[in-house]
Amino acid sequence: MATFKGRVINPGYYKGEAVVSHQGVNTLATFQKSALSNAKNVIVADQNNPDIFGKNITGKALCLPQTIGSTTGGMVLQVICSMGINPSCMLFSQKIDSLAAAGVILSVVWEGSDIIAIDDLGEEFLNTVKTGDTIEVKEDGTVEII
Amino acid sequence: MYQPKMKLTKEQLAILNGSEGATKAKVMETLVRYGDLFDASELVKITHSEGHLVTSFGLSLLKPVYRVMDELIKAGLKVEGGFTMDPRPVDFENVKCSPLEKLLFSTVLYGKQNFYEEQLKKLGLKEEDAFSCACYFKQMKNVPKKGDILSWAESSAVNYANSVIGARCNRNSGMIDIFGSILGYVPKFGLLTDEGRKAKWKVIVNTTKKPIPQILGSAIGIKVMEDVPYVVGLDKWIGTELNDAAVDYLKDFGAATASNGAVGLYHIENLTPEAKELGNSLLVDDYKEYVIDDEELERVYKSYPVMWLKPDKPGNLVFIGCPHLSMNQLNEWTDAIINGLKETGKKKVTCQTVLCTAPPVREEFVKTDKYKELLKTGARLTSICPLMYTSNPLTKKRRIMTPSNKLRTYTMAKYFKDEELLNYIVGKEV
Repeated sequence: MATFKGRVINPGYYKGEAVVSHQGVNTLATFQKSALSNAKNVIVADQNNPDIFGKNITGKALCLPQTIGSTTGGMVLQVICSMGINPSCMLFSQKIDSLAAAGVILSVVWEGSDIIAIDDLGEEFLNTVKTGDTIEVKEDGTVEII
Repeated sequence: MYQPKMKLTKEQLAILNGSEGATKAKVMETLVRYGDLFDASELVKITHSEGHLVTSFGLSLLKPVYRVMDELIKAGLKVEGGFTMDPRPVDFENVKCSPLEKLLFSTVLYGKQNFYEEQLKKLGLKEEDAFSCACYFKQMKNVPKKGDILSWAESSAVNYANSVIGARCNRNSGMIDIFGSILGYVPKFGLLTDEGRKAKWKVIVNTTKKPIPQILGSAIGIKVMEDVPYVVGLDKWIGTELNDAAVDYLKDFGAATASNGAVGLYHIENLTPEAKELGNSLLVDDYKEYVIDDEELERVYKSYPVMWLKPDKPGNLVFIGCPHLSMNQLNEWTDAIINGLKETGKKKVTCQTVLCTAPPVREEFVKTDKYKELLKTGARLTSICPLMYTSNPLTKKRRIMTPSNKLRTYTMAKYFKDEELLNYIVGKEV
């Protein structure tokens, strides 16, 4: 078992499956197709991200360095949270970027979302966690890979 | 109730605690939480009253956005200085679409466009046609001055305002832009601070000819990501004065740095305002170096993947103007197409060719004889955002060609250098 501690952006408890992207996650490209088709789950549509392309990330712990792409990104995350098909957790190895930060805050303040967000988990976190691993996230920002 | 970490004035704190209503309190909470995440010291006053919003499209999926906008309207909130918007998504007159594409655009995709624009008018949209990503064009009448604090989000406009004008704006997300503009405050962190405007990279341009701005910007963006680059050696090619040619170059260069990476500010030695004023004291002590020569630009250019579904077939749609073309660029492309066709002896462009510019620039241009000549070539002039055009899944089968690295990055469009693209458009054998 490996344990990491990050900064709590929005707290919560989660135990479940990790989906890992080693490159920046393009929010618009990842979520747009699922949002447009009113899908029940987010199947990642970003063909430029082989780590997570085609994977279902709804209800999972999305592990990533940061988000990238269009500055509509924050709003897109808000939309996904309002539809209730968001990843349960977003676990950032680096400091959260301004677009993801806006997305999480918009979701919490305006949609009442309980999306968990932890940042600054460190490079080693992304080197250790693998897609399919079971992880446990605690309220204080501790992340355990079981 | 949220406990702010940053220092707030009594008035700001009162708003956060609901003295001016629950909706305004939520707007304040959003901005304060956002700033707190980046250790903002305080909220500072916006000094350029006109806002600019990145979300110009009435995508049906944006239901929460319409709900928030409605809540703002009902609470009597608006942007007092008015705002401009990113470009509209469709123009059936000038960008040909199949009946099925039109149906999808008008119903499923942008079915909320008219509804959304009515909301925008109530919130402070400046003019009926205030829709361009290049809101800083003089024709758009939303030009900040050096040192102004802004609440914008469009990545290319933020990049231009910070770098070419010397205004101060963070690389915000949509919604944060309008919230800041409504409150008249933004959190002070990142590119709003002197420290945050320092360069972590020294980029040395060591090429044997003037670098193509779209490829140079792409190379720098990919390398530095969200850091600030200080570029030396470029003034040799584009001069030391911010004349029309230089700012057009920087517009396209900057958009490529912002889209291929996440650059919100760059400095060009001896050219951009802060670099002229502060020189290499803008570099942090432990800066990294990146040398760009002809080979490096070629390497980056050749690394672009071709995403067309049928890559062996020729292109069948050309978009020029992402970000929107300036009046000078519009004139240059029009001249180039007309003269190129004269050279090849052809009357019409070889495939659907669409030039994109800001509505007031278009309005000015359509009054000229040159516009009539452009139309005779079969090319068309629009004010849409070509990026939004590609949101329609049916357009994926089109083989879009573009000299824009931003459009290439976010869509399946293939990048072409200006000269290569022109040769194709006018049917020149190469």
